[in-house]
Amino acid sequence: MHRIYLLLLLIFISGQSAALQPDSDTQSNSQLSGLLNQLPKTKLRKMAPLIEKISQTKQPQTRAILQFMLDGELYYLRANKQVVHAQSTENNLYELTDVLTQESLTPVKKSRLSKVKTNNRLRSTLRNILAKIDLTDDDKQIRLQAVQQLLSSPSKQSAAIITELIDDETDQDVRALMATTLALQQLKSGSSDEKLIALEQLSGSLEPTVKNEIVSLLENLPNKDLTAEQQILKSQLTNALDEIDNRASFYSAIETVFFGLSLGSVLLLAAIGLAITFGVMGVINMAHGEMIMLGAYTTYVIQLAFPSMIEYSLLIAVPAAFLVSGFVGILIERGVIRFLKGRPLETLLATFGISLVLQQLVRTIFSPLNRQVVSPEWMSGSWQINPIFSLTYNRLYIILFSIFVFVSLLMILKKTSLGLHVRAVSQNRDMARALSIKSDWVDAITFGLGSGIAGVAGVVLSQLTNVGPNLGQAYIIDSFLVVVFGGVGNLWGTLVAAMSLGLTNKFLEPLTGSVLANIIVLVGLVLFIQKRPKGLFPQKGRSAD
Amino acid sequence: MKLKKLIVASSIIASSLVTQLSIAADTIKVGVLHSLSGTMAISETTLKDTVLMMIEEQNKKGGVLGKQLEAVVVDPASNWPLFAEKTRELLAKDKVDVIFGCWTSVSRKSALPVLEELNGLLFYPVQYEGEESSKNVFYTGAAPNQQAIPAVDYLMDDIGATRWVLAGTDYVYPRTTNKILEAYLLAKGVKAEDIMINYTPFGHSDWQGIVSDIKKFGSQGKKTAVVSTINGDANIPFYKELGNQGISAEDIPVVAFSVGEEELSGFDTKPLVGHLAAWNYFQSVESDSNDAFIAQWKKYIGDEKRVTNDPMEATYIGFEMWVKAVEKAGSTDVDAVEQAMIGVAVPNLTGGTAVMNANHHLSKPVLIGEIQEDGQFEVVWETPDTVIGDAWSDYLPSSKNLISDWTAPVSCGNFDVKTAKCSGQNF
Repeated sequence: MHRIYLLLLLIFISGQSAALQPDSDTQSNSQLSGLLNQLPKTKLRKMAPLIEKISQTKQPQTRAILQFMLDGELYYLRANKQVVHAQSTENNLYELTDVLTQESLTPVKKSRLSKVKTNNRLRSTLRNILAKIDLTDDDKQIRLQAVQQLLSSPSKQSAAIITELIDDETDQDVRALMATTLALQQLKSGSSDEKLIALEQLSGSLEPTVKNEIVSLLENLPNKDLTAEQQILKSQLTNALDEIDNRASFYSAIETVFFGLSLGSVLLLAAIGLAITFGVMGVINMAHGEMIMLGAYTTYVIQLAFPSMIEYSLLIAVPAAFLVSGFVGILIERGVIRFLKGRPLETLLATFGISLVLQQLVRTIFSPLNRQVVSPEWMSGSWQINPIFSLTYNRLYIILFSIFVFVSLLMILKKTSLGLHVRAVSQNRDMARALSIKSDWVDAITFGLGSGIAGVAGVVLSQLTNVGPNLGQAYIIDSFLVVVFGGVGNLWGTLVAAMSLGLTNKFLEPLTGSVLANIIVLVGLVLFIQKRPKGLFPQKGRSAD
Repeated sequence: MKLKKLIVASSIIASSLVTQLSIAADTIKVGVLHSLSGTMAISETTLKDTVLMMIEEQNKKGGVLGKQLEAVVVDPASNWPLFAEKTRELLAKDKVDVIFGCWTSVSRKSALPVLEELNGLLFYPVQYEGEESSKNVFYTGAAPNQQAIPAVDYLMDDIGATRWVLAGTDYVYPRTTNKILEAYLLAKGVKAEDIMINYTPFGHSDWQGIVSDIKKFGSQGKKTAVVSTINGDANIPFYKELGNQGISAEDIPVVAFSVGEEELSGFDTKPLVGHLAAWNYFQSVESDSNDAFIAQWKKYIGDEKRVTNDPMEATYIGFEMWVKAVEKAGSTDVDAVEQAMIGVAVPNLTGGTAVMNANHHLSKPVLIGEIQEDGQFEVVWETPDTVIGDAWSDYLPSSKNLISDWTAPVSCGNFDVKTAKCSGQNF
């Protein structure tokens, strides 16, 4: 009998202790739900402390809730203020999940929901909180990002967390970055000796926060009556700063060269088609800009037609734009320009008219508003080489692409029979005809080739600027400038001219501002053309005029 | 025979003259002076449609003073001097009673001398740089203290910005606005080296160098914000470059004064999300009058996807006020309406009330919105009350003593409170 009592007692006790664990859990769970209930009525300014409290509940749902809030997917139902995670679905409804219980609710319309508001400041607070949670994540990449985030806004609190974690960290990169963060904290608040050690550790680091810390330390040192200790610190700091500045100016020079080359390659792409039609055939084609515009619109149409293939849209658009613009180019040549051969003024006016017609056509078909061309994922973002030097992917690809276009065009002109015919016709039309070259046919194909390349330039420009009816006009003048500067009829001249204009512009820009830079380049060009009317690389030979 | 012909002909002419006169007496003519072609057509066509929609609505209600309204639409074609000619045409030839029009400051400045010469009445619905108050113009858009200054306050107080980039397109509105902002920031104790000013040409598309400079400027340990008066088209490449160089709205927020729902409707808004804009109206503001206005607009234009924006609200308020003032004055006479306008109050679309003040500027609420993925704005901050538009900025030395008051006894657009003199110049 006693035994049974004892057993019952034992069962009771163990039951109690088993119940104890979930009990504390429900307690902080209810604490979390209490905090969540405050979300809808809290003003933006008072939100930060509330988020801090939420993050301290350390529930399994906490991280997800904060992430939803950061992503703007945290809503509450207007009727009962229940906080939910909402995602829009196809048919204008929002799919709801309760953030605490994870149970799905019936989808509702947008008007029944209100967003839990955040602003930029709050989002960076959220990022910092999430980073602290992420420091213990299993994925090394996430840990790395988390340390990076904490490094960009150093605080004592995060330094304390990192100190705890650094010994257990297995990954080399993460560990190095953690060490930097800690050294930075030492530099900030350590004793003089600690500062010197930290400085030693940080030497060579280009993180902007490191430089800022050094600058502010230097500013805080008294000007006069330095102790020996401070003296050493000061000279060390100055040395470190000089080194950082040296490297920074080195990288900034490289960066400017890169910007210049990238502007140059955009100019090259826009102008190289013109170098063929204007340079080789001698046709002043004012509708060249509109060929570029057609290429850009082709990209738009292709993205519209294959909305699921945005990532590949550019690869499809390049040949498509080449064909569309090339075809229109051949139409223009066959329809108008061939009747005006040898009458440059009339060709100029006629092609100007065509350019207006094409613009209006696009306005009528696509509306006068700019159209939206999406950048594929691989074209956005940048290649981070070090903390102060990065190259944007879209510019990098454009430089490579323009080199590719240039080389292939050069090959076509130099190595193919078409190229041979084109060169023959451009050098001496009558002689070429006498040698049974169909000069009419060559004209049409050449014009088509030049226009097609312009179309390809349009695909590239759709990634950089607005796609609208006026797109071409913005580039026609630059294109003529490049071709005239480089020397009519010379592809290498076009390359050199485009790159030197791009570089000049980008080196002038920081000194004079972009408005004045444009003016200086233009005036310089006018003077240059006065001196050398035939450009950098004039065509030699009898038929050059 | 000849005489008979002559009599017939002259009677025809006479009768047609009479009918024309009688038409003129039956309707009230409303001039619409917005560019329908050229670069500004994108923005201004919308406002023309707004005025036409308002006129149609008013005529359904029985017109004004028992007369129907008749729109006279002209096209100044984004050509600034043409604005003066078209204004003259509207006032002298068509004899309109009121004009709704202009977008850019240049076009307004061009029309102004004609308006004052022929004593016309213009409602100008776009945010502008201030430093002007004409007897013949009512400014229903924001003055700098109703857009730029509150936006800077927001960045300073709520975002904690201490370092500033003032970036703009190179023309009068950005230059004047930035001059005011610079003076304001310096007065607030911001050091001169913490302000970077940059101007770019219209339609600028190569932003790499400037964005990289902004990045360097912004990575010096102090919270940096960009105040952008970059105009129209140039914005998208700018935001795209910011995104590509890895600058997020959290690192360096950009607040823009020329980016609204209409401008965003053609854009890939991904790189813009989280950046800010300051206006007096957003389509996303929830109020009954706004819902009704949006529904009316979509129905009138026949397109569910069309958006509304701040200058449309300003046009709406201006039109409603003019109708009220004409009814109050009992005539469409310019001087009578001008005096009747002052103090007129109509509901605005954000749930408050717009009041026309003695300086011909409105009282407006100021809203700061964050750009969302769908091209709409989400309000993150607003002024507790409406702000009275200030024609002459208090932060510029040249205008800090000037006030505008078109009621007796001052009756002057640029009254110097120190010397108690009206400079007499009308603008």
